[in-house]
Amino acid sequence: MLALPADRLSLVSLLRYFPLPLLQPILSLIGTQVARSQPEIFLRLGPHAQKTFIIDPTDLPFVLLLKPRPDAPALSACRRAEAPPSHARIAGTFLNLFRLIDGSLDGDALFFSRDLRVTGDTEAVVALRNALDDIDGGLVQAVTGSFGPLSPIAAMTVSHFRSLGGRSSHER
Amino acid sequence: MNDDLAFRRPELVCPAGTPASLRTAVDAGADAVYCGLQNATNARNFPGLNFSPDELQKSVAYAHARGAKVLLAVNTFPPAGRFRLWQDAIEVAAASAVDAIIVADMGVAAWASRNFPELRLHLSVQAGASSPEAIRFHCEEFGIKRVVLPRILTVAEIAAIHRQIPCEIEAFVFGNIGMMAEGRCSLTNYVTGISTNMDGVCSPAADVRFEEEADGALTSRLGPFVIDRYACGQSGGYPTICKGRYSCAAQAEPYYAFEEPRSLNLSALLPELMRAGVTALKIEGRQRSRAYVKQVVGAFRRAVDEIMAGKQASLANLIALTEGHKETQGAFRSKSWR
Repeated sequence: MLALPADRLSLVSLLRYFPLPLLQPILSLIGTQVARSQPEIFLRLGPHAQKTFIIDPTDLPFVLLLKPRPDAPALSACRRAEAPPSHARIAGTFLNLFRLIDGSLDGDALFFSRDLRVTGDTEAVVALRNALDDIDGGLVQAVTGSFGPLSPIAAMTVSHFRSLGGRSSHER
Repeated sequence: MNDDLAFRRPELVCPAGTPASLRTAVDAGADAVYCGLQNATNARNFPGLNFSPDELQKSVAYAHARGAKVLLAVNTFPPAGRFRLWQDAIEVAAASAVDAIIVADMGVAAWASRNFPELRLHLSVQAGASSPEAIRFHCEEFGIKRVVLPRILTVAEIAAIHRQIPCEIEAFVFGNIGMMAEGRCSLTNYVTGISTNMDGVCSPAADVRFEEEADGALTSRLGPFVIDRYACGQSGGYPTICKGRYSCAAQAEPYYAFEEPRSLNLSALLPELMRAGVTALKIEGRQRSRAYVKQVVGAFRRAVDEIMAGKQASLANLIALTEGHKETQGAFRSKSWR
């Protein structure tokens, strides 16, 4: 759905080949840091904190599994074909999902343009969307600084993804 | 308001579903932000949305420190035996020093005006007050200071009403628009048992399902009913009954019985609305994201400022944010709209 030159997608392309075992500790750290720094998310999620969400970047070979438990938040990756049962699935290209959680794209607009697909428990998805949207600066900014000595690399990666986000299909 | 038809600077009233959205709206140039509490006392009672009393208090402080107002929507209709929840909401509003509450129910308006006479009251669009007689009644009985007009009037009719009422007028200029009489629609109640007007939610998410098909088509359902089926790549809309596409014997193809998915956009009518005596321009969308709030509020802030400076407004393209990627001026331009 994205009309971007191939060279601008280098880091996204790299993600396609990123070994999942190396991705897991990064995702785990993100989940833990978000839960620690943004505890009000769980108030907004309410009972939906007990649900399981699949975040599906459709242009990557894996999906993210999110269990936003207040006491033991879990974010992990698995191959799409091996994804366990979930309450809801949120699917879109990686960059659209990135810009959504970064607070620069509107979820309803992505849904209207069919660039965001939601199946399963709609109420849980709405609660998750609203909870994440209440983070000033966006979820991405909230976790970028949580990588210790690797924070500058995280910031550069985020900056790169933001620079790619100038054009998605729903804006055409 | 009767004799004042001067071209004056309107207040830009913007939506906020969360404290972060409120801060975004204020920073983007909102003169006032409207919001609701996390219960059935407001008409956007969605999961994960709205403000706790503590969040409201902090948000009011943030807005006031930057010269913006906060309006609290308490604009649903209390069912018998549950009035206490609406009383609590008004007490929270007063304790939080909000600049006004937006009410629809006459009992709520009466209770608020009696118990908190210093609290400014606005009449919600949900009250459906569209005649000078109805508006004057609310002004005289409850001290209403501003009416939010239903989206069924032309600009000429708004100007005529302005000359006949003793309060300010707030008019919607952007966002979701429905065909149904506001505050009277029971379609959601018919299908789900949940009342838009008493529970504060149209097409509750718990009853909504989206189903993808192998050919890329998307079916949206509300309860047991199919609301629409979008072909692969076709723009979608909210799963609301009034914008659904239905089959019936009289039509060869499924058709929009009421209205297609589309959003109101009156950016081209702003000068006319301002000349018609509209005090406040309202942007719909408390259920939308910070990204929507930032973009729409910023666009209307620039447009209003340019008009007030005597310039042609540079109207930003907001089509990507509209439902179904279609816009309408609804009844504001002409009564020929459905």
